[in-house]
Amino acid sequence: MKTTIAHLKRGQRALIKEITSDSIPLKLLEMGCLPGNEVELLQTAPFKCPMYLTINGSHLAIRKEIAAQIEVQII
Amino acid sequence: MAKQIKVSLIGNPNTGKTSVFNLLTGLNQQVGNYPGITVEKKEGICKLSRGVKAHILDLPGTYSLNASSLDENVVIELLLNKKDKDFPDVAVVVSDVENLKRNLLLFTQIKDLEIPTILVINMADRMNRKGITLNIEVLEKELNTKIALVSARKKEGIDELKKLIESYALLPKTPCVNALTFAPDYFESLQKTFPNESLYKLWLVITQDVNFRKIDKQNLDITPDFKIKSENELKRLQQKETIKRYQFINNVLKQGLVVDEKAATGTRAKLDRVLTHKFWGYFIFFGILLLIFQAIYDWSSYPMDMIDEGFAWLSEVTKSMLPAGPFVDLITEGIIPGLGGIVIFIPQIAFLFLFISILEESGYMSRVVFLMDRVMRRFGLSGKSVVPLVSGTACAIPAVMATRNIENWKERLITILVVPFTTCAARLPVYLIIITLVIPDEKVGWVFSYQSLTLMFLYFLGFGTAVGSAWMLNKILKIKNKSYFVIEMPGYKVPLFKNVAINVVEKTKAFIFGAGKIILAISIILWVLASFGPNDKFNNAEENITQEYADLSQEEQDHKLASYKLEHSFIGYAGKAIEPIVAPLGYDWKIGIGIISSFAAREVFVGTLATIYSVGSDEEETIKNRMAAEINPKTGGPLFNFASGISLLLFYAFAMQCMSTLAIVKRETNSWKWPMAQLVFMSVLAYTIALIAYQVLK
Ligand SMILES: Nc1nc2c(ncn2[C@@H]2O[C@H](COP(=O)(O)OP(=O)(O)OP(=O)(O)O)[C@@H](O)[C@H]2O)c(=O)[nH]1
Repeated sequence: MKTTIAHLKRGQRALIKEITSDSIPLKLLEMGCLPGNEVELLQTAPFKCPMYLTINGSHLAIRKEIAAQIEVQII
Repeated sequence: MAKQIKVSLIGNPNTGKTSVFNLLTGLNQQVGNYPGITVEKKEGICKLSRGVKAHILDLPGTYSLNASSLDENVVIELLLNKKDKDFPDVAVVVSDVENLKRNLLLFTQIKDLEIPTILVINMADRMNRKGITLNIEVLEKELNTKIALVSARKKEGIDELKKLIESYALLPKTPCVNALTFAPDYFESLQKTFPNESLYKLWLVITQDVNFRKIDKQNLDITPDFKIKSENELKRLQQKETIKRYQFINNVLKQGLVVDEKAATGTRAKLDRVLTHKFWGYFIFFGILLLIFQAIYDWSSYPMDMIDEGFAWLSEVTKSMLPAGPFVDLITEGIIPGLGGIVIFIPQIAFLFLFISILEESGYMSRVVFLMDRVMRRFGLSGKSVVPLVSGTACAIPAVMATRNIENWKERLITILVVPFTTCAARLPVYLIIITLVIPDEKVGWVFSYQSLTLMFLYFLGFGTAVGSAWMLNKILKIKNKSYFVIEMPGYKVPLFKNVAINVVEKTKAFIFGAGKIILAISIILWVLASFGPNDKFNNAEENITQEYADLSQEEQDHKLASYKLEHSFIGYAGKAIEPIVAPLGYDWKIGIGIISSFAAREVFVGTLATIYSVGSDEEETIKNRMAAEINPKTGGPLFNFASGISLLLFYAFAMQCMSTLAIVKRETNSWKWPMAQLVFMSVLAYTIALIAYQVLK
């Protein structure tokens, strides 16, 4: 099974791998969610959705469905 | 008139664009709508030296030129169309020094459009705390632009910005990055076909089709009919373009920006740990909601009472100073109370927007969305809908206006449409009098009485209907709406007083001049209908009454006269005309009159009944006794019994019955379609449910 942002635990960091899915919104890429950048999970709302992250220095909240499409490598 | 320099302010949300705009224009600004859509359009005039003026347009905040919302679409449609009257002579891109990397993405895109561009790096006051040092010279050279380092909070750097705007003709127009290098063949042939156009502009026009919505190509000055690649192919190219731009930006910042992580301090993490916490986060949020509710429900009642009395006094004084006659009646009984009916909303609107702008300015509103998204999404609402829905419990007018902050048009529309179901304060007088009439004054158990439980039930009913209709509308409404939930969580800031004040003033003005006209017009029409009658009975009312009730005191005669006149006015006849329609709900023509006249505002119902029953005072006890004595001619029993009372309560719970809400919905949705749909839907629902209730219970 692939590891994605949705698998992160609070405080865990990871590196974003290749972005392959077409359904990842361009907006997310434009906000810094690009291959090689670091992401950290800061906080989640109940039931882990939405997820509050820092990506490439930006603070963002995204829904779990989208988080589950972004493959990462935990560091 | 000398030519004005046309300036567009562009920038990511939360970069302080509005603060810079406020500093440039002061109170010299106007807020309107873009034609046909509901995006706010802010413009203002800025005085430069030697009598030169600049026309400043504050464009909606956008993350990039690949639009993903109606707001962002406005920006791109303007920048692609040189023929637009607002097309900028110079673009001012506002960025936040803490998020420079992300902010520069938009900058490089604008620059590629070959528009003269100034870069504002705002929030310079925070550089020390964050350990940031900039090399402006290097940045200017690499980005091929002029930079103004600004602190909108400390009011620094604005004069430099004005100077740069003034000499905009000297700015280089050439792009700073050649981002379109990833598909050489494709772009080469594109450029060959349209040798006179900027390549990036062509690319934007082509790719907009896969973005938020197709742009109206007829309005553009170019129409490349180029063989379009497949959608997925285009998307992939857009991704490559973004990566390319970031590579360039990273390179530039390596030379021009140093961040000393050790010097950086921040309270953000600590605050977020509490404010987005699974328990404390909600606890604090509901505390804030309670406070807002208290302000619009309770605190505003003092200024509202004063306004009420003030206008009543004004009517009296005018009446006593001018000679009697129909024209003076129009002023004292039609126009002055009509104006009062507009002004009375100002305290609630001002209070609500005071809170909302503080929540927005401080960065807290994004946390609200984070906390509430999951629950609200199920019903097609936004996390931000919570604030309007709760404010609606005081009054729907400010609540509808508060939906402005919801970026997604569909979620915003649904919120606007369902807010009037929440139990607003104007329903309370109607509820209270009917509850005391028909619900037994007994206790269930030790604490609760049937009466208070009924009231509570009505509150829940209102909220439940709002949420239920939202769920239904979400299924029905076919609005294209590509909204991915990606929301920026800005840092916490102490709100700027000037921004909050301007926002409160703007919103109040928007209500008075936008919805006020309609409210005034309808109140005058209703006044005319209640003050004139179609036949002699109305005109000779005075004689008839004095003859028939010669033995009554002057005061009692006056009450009889008012009641008689209302019965024989246009509204009175209308009430009788609708009696067959409302009879199945358990009402007579007097209640019919009450319903028609309370179309202006629900609370008018009680006053109208007082006049019809000629009790002449709004005292609850007297009206109540009078109503309790009323007999239903058909059944011979009391008119207000359990069945008709419940039916009336339900009718007022669901019916629109508020012209001010209709007027503000018209203003906020920019069309009569939505308020009319709302009126029809709510009236039909109210009628049906009241009918069922009466027929079942009677
Ligand atoms: N420290 C500091 N804060 C600033 C400065 N300029 C603006 N702010 C704050 O930044 C926040 C956002 O400012 P706005 O002017 O509302 O930003 P905007 O870009 O118009 O944001 P949107 O209206 O969401 O598009 C507010 O809390 C301001 O008080 C500045 O120079 N320094």
